[in-house]
Amino acid sequence: MTALQNVGAGFADPVFSAQSVFRLVLDAMAQSGRIAAVPDAASAPAGLDVASTAVALTLFDYETPLWLDPALRGVEAETYLRFHCGCPLVEDTQTAAFGLVTAPRYMPRLGEFSIGSDQYPDTSATLVIQTGGLADEGPIRLTGPGIKDSASVAIDGLPDWFWPDWDVNHGCFPTGIDLIFTSGNRVMCLPRSIKVEV
Amino acid sequence: MYVAVKGGEKAIANAHKLLDEQRRGDPNIDEVEVDQIREQLSLAVARVMAEGSLYDPDLAALAVKQSQGDLVEAIFLVRAYRTTLARFATSQPIDTARIDIKRRISAAYKDLPGGQLLGPTFDYTHRLLDMALAEGRPAHEVEADAAGVDGEMPRVTDILNYEGLIETDEEDPERDPSRDLTRQPLAFPAARDERLQNLARGDEGFLLALGYSTQRGFGGNHPFAGEIRRGTVTVSIVPEELGFAIEIGEIEVTECQMINQFQGSAEMAPVFTRGYGLTFGHNERKAMAMALVDRALRWRELGELPQYPAQDEEFVLYHSDNVEASGFVQHLKLPHYVDFQSELQLIRQLRAEHAGRFGHNDDAQNDNIQAEAAE
Amino acid sequence: MGVLAKAALTDLEDAFAALNDTPSFDWVRPPETGLVMVQGRAGGTGQPFNVGEATVTRCTLRTDSGETGVGYVQGRSKRHAELAALFDALLQSPKLSARLQTDVVERLAGLHERRRAAASRKVKATQVDFFTMVRGEDPKA
Repeated sequence: MTALQNVGAGFADPVFSAQSVFRLVLDAMAQSGRIAAVPDAASAPAGLDVASTAVALTLFDYETPLWLDPALRGVEAETYLRFHCGCPLVEDTQTAAFGLVTAPRYMPRLGEFSIGSDQYPDTSATLVIQTGGLADEGPIRLTGPGIKDSASVAIDGLPDWFWPDWDVNHGCFPTGIDLIFTSGNRVMCLPRSIKVEV
Repeated sequence: MYVAVKGGEKAIANAHKLLDEQRRGDPNIDEVEVDQIREQLSLAVARVMAEGSLYDPDLAALAVKQSQGDLVEAIFLVRAYRTTLARFATSQPIDTARIDIKRRISAAYKDLPGGQLLGPTFDYTHRLLDMALAEGRPAHEVEADAAGVDGEMPRVTDILNYEGLIETDEEDPERDPSRDLTRQPLAFPAARDERLQNLARGDEGFLLALGYSTQRGFGGNHPFAGEIRRGTVTVSIVPEELGFAIEIGEIEVTECQMINQFQGSAEMAPVFTRGYGLTFGHNERKAMAMALVDRALRWRELGELPQYPAQDEEFVLYHSDNVEASGFVQHLKLPHYVDFQSELQLIRQLRAEHAGRFGHNDDAQNDNIQAEAAE
Repeated sequence: MGVLAKAALTDLEDAFAALNDTPSFDWVRPPETGLVMVQGRAGGTGQPFNVGEATVTRCTLRTDSGETGVGYVQGRSKRHAELAALFDALLQSPKLSARLQTDVVERLAGLHERRRAAASRKVKATQVDFFTMVRGEDPKA
């Protein structure tokens, strides 16, 4: 209860803000490699960027168990997410519907999250990964549905094992996890169907 | 195959206006208000809440008004509405032992602690039409005792438990508590909690017929209404941001504990077994039918043979929902013109082959049938 | 919080009108209506199962004096949630707490109990003693 004394404001207009961010994430997911900018509609807690906050307020709720980066546990961001999203926090990556990562270098391996089942591939996890930087030019080459020919991007601060892990995840299609990268107010998505070459 | 049809926009809009005129009826007669429905047609409201799976008497009353008293349609409206709202929490299980009792009877135990309380009931009425009611007579004066009902209302099933004559119902800590049919698809064999959720929102008429069948020989046991209780219970939740339980209000529920004789098996001595019914609002018939069907569906855990329709889990659980049932039956009246065209073609082809094989000539009667079908 | 949630809205409005000065506040979360999945237990004591949902309205506000009040109220009344949250906040104020505990919480609890007791006396008048005619009676009794 005392923690609630300081919790920051969520979306000023919860319905319309969530709808527009949802649309934005939907488009970004459909067009992997394209970077979108979210409007500054909520007061982000310490440790969370504007985009990560907006995505959390839009997608997380009471029915989506969240694996939260240890860097955010026990601090303002946790109270903020519990209050505004009402999402239960889980320790077990396998039961998480979402993962919110702010220190990607120390994050769990991708295979530790749920990839869904052949009958219900939609029950897999989606990770929101807050990175040091996103750019729409760079060494990472993306090909797959939603991309004409290929796209190239740069994503800062990922661990060495990241792209080999992604190859495995991509190979699991139609099961597999999906990723939402954020940085500042920028969002870029990487669905399981996209092949990555570095 | 489904093929979209276009057109009819104006006709549809006009049909809906005409429907609204029908809803209003004769404009010289006072319009019924939602408050009046909530207070004076409270059992219709209760059924809509139970099968609409949403406790909100005002919304259920509005649905009854809008649907012109078609309760299955009202249930559909309420189900559609609930999909527009986010879920904030799951309640702690309500405690029906701590209930502000409105009615409580047992057909098995006559002198039960706390007493037999008839409460407001249609039982023992003569089912004679009350002509004075048509004239708008005032409601009867109600008697009140000097003291209220006893605070202690032990369940009949708990009383039998003292002697070990009845099986107990305990929580299985291993079971995943988050199973929810509105979120996860039904899989077979279904666990009892999934079955009970399905039955709680199931169609009263369907469950009544199934429950009836178990009494009439399509079920191998003789049930007793161990206890029926109705009243108000408190709803508590633990909001994620608070981390402790708070009471958010009260709801009326009807509970039925059926007791059935059980002959015993190799693993189990003869004992009374139980069937359970629980619904929102005043829904006694539904709660009783639900308890009968719950007991019938428990054949597997009790080592019985599934011999009767009410024991067929897939049949019962897949056909209990009146929103699904009414949707699938009623979709038949929507345009199926292309489907029918292809069927028509097939029948003509089959008939031609049939005639070729058996040498019948198309007679006048067949020509008539084809002419009609082609229209 | 339970007393505030179960109180009749008219009684809460009366209590609000009786406040000497009406406090001003900011919304931390404006009133919103959603659902609570209500659970029962198989047999009354066994495995929890979902009976159905109920509407609930919640809000969170912060008074100028810095107390945060939370309201969770069954139904769809935003005003009820607001008043419940407001009194929840005021009840945390050291200055007002003791007086409001008596004037508001105990009074509302009393009104609720009076309504409950009145209904209970009417139910009691319908208590029945059935007599069985010999068959099945214990002859020793």
